[in-house]
Amino acid sequence: MYFGLSQDQTMLQDSVQRYLESASELAHVRGFAEGDNSLAESLQNGLMELGVPLVLVPEEFGGLGLGVLEAALIQQAMGRFVSPTSFTSAYAMAVIGLREAGDDDQKNDWLGRIAGGSAIIGVGLTEAIGAREGAGLKLSGDKVSGRASFVMGAELASHFMLTAGKELLIIARDSAGVSETALTTIDKTRHVIMLDLQDVPCTVLAGDAVAAQARMIDIGRVLLAADSLGAADMMIEKSVAYSKDREQFNRPIGSFQAVKHMCADMVAKLEPCRSLVWYAAYAQDHVSDEAALMSRLAKSHLAEVGKYVARTSTEVHGGMGFTDLLGLHYWFKRIGANRQLLGGPETVREEAAKLQGWS
Amino acid sequence: MNLNFTAEYEDFRADVRAFLDKHKADAPSMANVGLRSEKRLKWQRILLEHGYAARTLPKQYGGFGAEPDSLKQRIIAEEFARAKVPGGIAGQGINMLVPTLLELGTEEQKEKYIAKTLSGEMIWCQGYSEPGAGSDLASLRTAAVVDGDDFVINGQKIWTSTANQADMIFCLVRTEPDAPKHQGISYLLFSMDTPGIEVRPLMTMTGRAEFNEVFFTDVRVPTSQIVGQRGEGWMVANATLTHERGMLGDPDAALSRLKSIAEIMQNEHVDGKSLMDNPVYRDRLVALEAEVYAMKFNGMRLTTASVEKKSAGLAGMIVKLQGCELNHRLAELAIDVMGEYGILFEDSPFLRDHGLWQTHYMFDLGLIIGGGSAQIQKNIISERGLGMPREPKVAKA
Ligand SMILES: Cc1cc2nc3c(=O)[nH]c(=O)nc-3n(C[C@H](O)[C@H](O)[C@H](O)COP(=O)(O)OP(=O)(O)OC[C@H]3O[C@@H](n4cnc5c(N)ncnc54)[C@H](O)[C@@H]3O)c2cc1C
Repeated sequence: MYFGLSQDQTMLQDSVQRYLESASELAHVRGFAEGDNSLAESLQNGLMELGVPLVLVPEEFGGLGLGVLEAALIQQAMGRFVSPTSFTSAYAMAVIGLREAGDDDQKNDWLGRIAGGSAIIGVGLTEAIGAREGAGLKLSGDKVSGRASFVMGAELASHFMLTAGKELLIIARDSAGVSETALTTIDKTRHVIMLDLQDVPCTVLAGDAVAAQARMIDIGRVLLAADSLGAADMMIEKSVAYSKDREQFNRPIGSFQAVKHMCADMVAKLEPCRSLVWYAAYAQDHVSDEAALMSRLAKSHLAEVGKYVARTSTEVHGGMGFTDLLGLHYWFKRIGANRQLLGGPETVREEAAKLQGWS
Repeated sequence: MNLNFTAEYEDFRADVRAFLDKHKADAPSMANVGLRSEKRLKWQRILLEHGYAARTLPKQYGGFGAEPDSLKQRIIAEEFARAKVPGGIAGQGINMLVPTLLELGTEEQKEKYIAKTLSGEMIWCQGYSEPGAGSDLASLRTAAVVDGDDFVINGQKIWTSTANQADMIFCLVRTEPDAPKHQGISYLLFSMDTPGIEVRPLMTMTGRAEFNEVFFTDVRVPTSQIVGQRGEGWMVANATLTHERGMLGDPDAALSRLKSIAEIMQNEHVDGKSLMDNPVYRDRLVALEAEVYAMKFNGMRLTTASVEKKSAGLAGMIVKLQGCELNHRLAELAIDVMGEYGILFEDSPFLRDHGLWQTHYMFDLGLIIGGGSAQIQKNIISERGLGMPREPKVAKA
């Protein structure tokens, strides 16, 4: 038994982390949050050079052929630096959708384009989890109409992979009949949109789209959990550093038990999450009968622990945590958005209960 | 225990309801209204005239002059919350400065400031915290040195809410640098137009500039602008801090939030099913309902204690801690039931309830920190409330 990361996995994560530490420093993230899209582009190019987006693309299509654990480690690094990338949707979920439901021609075509950088595919699966306001797409022939809500990965997407009930389809962003509504969420480090489609031509994936969507959601959730893990790691580190530096009553606030205990509680809750995320990610490729359950446990648990860390870390920073000065809120809000995307914790736990025949 | 109000109070309640029916249309909305909006000032005039604001304050200073009566105060709060009508202006001037002046101000200060503050014409900010003096407020360093008939002030305040809109500031400054830290502070009132004051808005996590940094460079303030004596500022400030903590954690506001969440849950549907039919959300709602009512009844107990002129003890000490926490968790439930729609913000399309719940969620966390953080509250509850040993003090290095 060896429960831990391999040397290669550690090195992969370190290299992404080292790159993002400077490429995605807070000042750049602020610029992106204020509307300058260039950081998304430069990260896309920089990560492409490192080969990062291609981890899940099989080698035969020009990718690295690595696993979901590697993808999760990368996403964790992105959460750590609140990086505006569409990795979860474009390079995990969309790639998995093609791998699972594309026929040979579709795989060749689309995975090739993804590997070559000419297709970046945003993903809209919200309605496969739970539809509000009657949203949903209808396919008629090879045209699709209706609304897809909370479509992820809109920063640079050239295409979107969307659910239409039992089908999975791809549309080009610039097709006639596509109308986009940009959404403003608390999380300004990533873009989500609503899509309203009217008779938009689409490619329908040929294989079992129901199973493929389920896999995409499982893996997407693991990655959102990993993103929150990385963001929470950073918030704890910032809290500890601040508590050593900030003095009140002639002593560092970190010398008050109240503050120490806040930090210790954050760590006590988060450390097991690291193992849970590793296992859930590993299970996606290697423990198929637990993959769906572990994804749900990781997603819902990181939603709770993430929320706790986000709030507690802000408290440790006092009034400073509430201001924009330290930018701590970018992490707070990223974790807040991860909690709701691809299903809030109650929704996800109910699915987990059903999976086990408990409901 | 007797929950019945005597006929006098039932009549009073009927009067409040009749007033609300008649004047409701003049009330500004509960959501953000500009501090100086005409609508808000007019509403304040109507409330003052009928005794629903500044009810017990002396007539000579612009109040209504009624006998203090905590039960009537309670009835007013309940009926206004029930009608979803905002009460009078509740700024730091009205809630903190006015009670302080009534208790400790000179006759001239009372006449000069109270009526204008009550009417909403004069807006105040609270200049207490400094970059180096938050929880340890008494370590503040902004210096005021006497020069002729003036104090000359130099230093910096931070997290000063509404300083960018305020006409006046009530400010803590160090006047006796050689005295022990709690005995060297004075409490001054001055205009924000005084030369040498610079206000820089500070953006917060909500995306708005809810507070400011305030810089003082050779600001000259007449020595007559002091409340209390030189070196008594800590005592004067503590009078207002008590008022601030009472103001954070209003149980009626929590109850009306709870009801709004129940409405959202009845109206929102996922896959065609009402969220109220979801047993998990419903359970969270009812668990919070129990807490809200516990706090509401705790508030009634505090009212009785105040009628009986007794200390409410622990029941009073926990209000800020529990009230702010409860509000934060109510906002959290509202966001959770809205799912992805719960993360929409600012001016987004498809926004629910003007994005109010996210703002609450963040701002309530701010309130958990501000006005004496949760950790400081717990220190007070355990040390002063439960008589536990104090943490040993660390001497200045
Ligand atoms: C929304 C909001 C509005 C505000 N409005 C105003 C205003 O209008 N005017 C004004 O003057 N100020 C205002 N403040 C400032 C507020 O009073 C301070 O933020 C607060 O007192 C905490 O001080 P600090 O921010 O310096 O945090 P710090 O004192 O640095 O605290 C940092 C952390 O250390 C903990 N800590 C500190 N000392 C102890 C201790 N002895 N034991 C245990 N834990 C401890 C705190 O609980 C906190 O978790 C506002 C703050 C907020 C958030």
